[in-house]
Amino acid sequence: MGVEQKLGDMGIVTTKLEELVNWSRTNAMWPMLFGLACCAIEMMAAQASHFDMSRFGMELMRASPRQSDLMIVAGRVTRKMAPVLRLLYDQMPEPKWVIAMGDCASCGGVFNNYAVVQGVDEVVPVDVYVAGCPPRPEALIHGVVTLYEKVKGEKFKDLAKA
Amino acid sequence: MDKKVESIVQALQEKFGATLEEFRGEAHVFVRPEQIVDVLTLLRDTYKFELLSALTASDYWPQDAPRFHVIYQLSSLVENITMQIRVPVPAGGDQKPKVPTATGVYDLANWREREVADMFGIEFEGHPDPRRILMPVDWEGHPLRKDYPLGYEEPQFTFNFEDIDVRKPYAKE
Amino acid sequence: MAQIEEVNVDQFRHLVSERALTGETLLLNMGPQHPSTHGVLRVLLELDGETVVNAIPDIGYLHTGVEKNMEAKTYLKAEVMTDRLDYMNTTGNNLAYAMAVEKLVDLDVPPRAQAIRVILTELQRIASHLVWLGAFGLDLAAMSVFLYCFREREYILDILELCSGQRMMTTYIRPGGLWRDVPVEFETAVRDFLKMFPKRVDEYEALMTKNPILMDRLVGIGILDGATALSYGVTGPTLRASGVNWDLRKARPYMGYEQYDFNIPIRTEGDTFARYIVHIDEFRESMKIIEQALNKLPMGPVNSDNRKFVPPPRSEIGVSMEALIHHFKLWTEGFPAPKASVYSAVESPRGELGVYLEGDGGPKPHRVHMRTPSFDNLSVIGKICKGHLVADLVAILASIDIVLGDIDR
Repeated sequence: MGVEQKLGDMGIVTTKLEELVNWSRTNAMWPMLFGLACCAIEMMAAQASHFDMSRFGMELMRASPRQSDLMIVAGRVTRKMAPVLRLLYDQMPEPKWVIAMGDCASCGGVFNNYAVVQGVDEVVPVDVYVAGCPPRPEALIHGVVTLYEKVKGEKFKDLAKA
Repeated sequence: MDKKVESIVQALQEKFGATLEEFRGEAHVFVRPEQIVDVLTLLRDTYKFELLSALTASDYWPQDAPRFHVIYQLSSLVENITMQIRVPVPAGGDQKPKVPTATGVYDLANWREREVADMFGIEFEGHPDPRRILMPVDWEGHPLRKDYPLGYEEPQFTFNFEDIDVRKPYAKE
Repeated sequence: MAQIEEVNVDQFRHLVSERALTGETLLLNMGPQHPSTHGVLRVLLELDGETVVNAIPDIGYLHTGVEKNMEAKTYLKAEVMTDRLDYMNTTGNNLAYAMAVEKLVDLDVPPRAQAIRVILTELQRIASHLVWLGAFGLDLAAMSVFLYCFREREYILDILELCSGQRMMTTYIRPGGLWRDVPVEFETAVRDFLKMFPKRVDEYEALMTKNPILMDRLVGIGILDGATALSYGVTGPTLRASGVNWDLRKARPYMGYEQYDFNIPIRTEGDTFARYIVHIDEFRESMKIIEQALNKLPMGPVNSDNRKFVPPPRSEIGVSMEALIHHFKLWTEGFPAPKASVYSAVESPRGELGVYLEGDGGPKPHRVHMRTPSFDNLSVIGKICKGHLVADLVAILASIDIVLGDIDR
């Protein structure tokens, strides 16, 4: 965060620096393993050789939250699991992003009852929602590329305020 | 119904006073709660029912006596037959539903009875490890009872989007 | 939102040994988020150095309340939820539920639908065992097996997409038959798969079976004998690797399995290596069944004629008044079921998958209980892990083949 606060508005120098920082963030974003249910299998299929995700920079999945920047919440989050999810999100260092993969993570999905949290945005702030039950690996990759577009549009002044 | 199952059911009727109902070739035998451990021990040792396939329960609210039926589905590998034992459990007023535990007879009953106790509130006397298994430890209530609400949340369509959006507890950073 | 429960030793005092309370052994949490626990499973370990003294599993982190939710929907709409329980064996779950409904309302299934159901279930068995093999290899740090298995799995998912439009949660098998007939390219696709797959199985065997590192890690680990397994309710390949000859496809045949000629792989040692060999042999047996079913595939309708339970095809609705009325009643109200209960079981890749279905005279079920195999297969973990190292615990968990959606429902 130090770069953003010190630089502020320096015209063309800031723009070029923003582009460089955003480009480097998108090219090697490491996701954290948070596969809960059926969507996890499609996430594993997206990581395997047929729909390769490492051509987009996600070479490996880190199990530890301290070493990852992206959390893909794949699967249904239940009321027993929600505080664990929040704890893991808090343990990730900035900058961090969240993709809600699948219908159950976006809005509760097929399950509208006492045990499932209706949408994971009640627990963590979400950047991209990917729909599908389960979404095809191509849909997940489209969601990841949408996240990259969003990251490329980030400006220093927004980050410095946070 | 199979011939072997018929003879077993007759033996149970003589020894324990059990009643029988048949449906689509399956034999459902009703026994009382205090007899269940003896019945299961007899079936496992004498008639070779080694595998307890399923242990579950069913709620018949608002009927009070019996309110629950605990269902034991048994299989015999050697003779290749199945049978179902049902135990009607009354519960009403301040009388808590209780059944003696079957953990001494089949080890599988340990986790399955914890699940039934968690979901229905039936107490199994003598169980070595009575903790909640599927719901969080501090949860109140027993979800699969008929008087427990489903927890249905209204889905957001375009006509009520803003009303629900204001009330939804979104997470902060 | 509930707070995270503090681990209070009082909760587990009766399950851990006395050395834990004095601090001589370490209580370690192998938490819900872990790369090797196959889902959200929490295991509380009591460790003496690296050796496991006690292992207490804690489940419920994926409890979805499916049984209660199915009581609020009609019989046909509730089937959508059964796919999502054991998400590796989606067509098998549909089959178990459809068979229970057919038994309850006494519905017949034509032979063509039975043969196609068998082909799809056996294909799903191969797909499930492929994921098992991939995750097994990953847990033992053999990463290339994972990539090979998922490459094969894509062929099977393409076949499922050809029939139903969806890769995983198909809901293709419905009470009364199938959703609709298979397309023309189905037979060629399955035959191409059957030509290609046996050589791939030989590849996996060449990579893993005679590997000395694997044999060191797996032989003699996690021994489970037959009597303990039956008492704990273990079924499926785990039981067959302990020497007990019990497979529901041979003992109580359903869907025409008695016409097909296949063997049941059995081993007697009961350790992790035996479970691995049983899974590999099941690949070959499943391929035999698929080939025989495909050769004998009869012609005919794929749905029962009983319009009170099975919706009529769209072409009939424009022509016949009764078909229109049946269609209307089925989609708005649903069909009524008698006030009785049935239990019907199939053999899933993990064991005995049973459905206890109780109707109450109306269109919605009174009680649906799914007897899932992974619940009982996991309960035996506390007994067979004592005295092994933590790395062996990971290998044993991988070989028992649990799916958390099955356990927590």
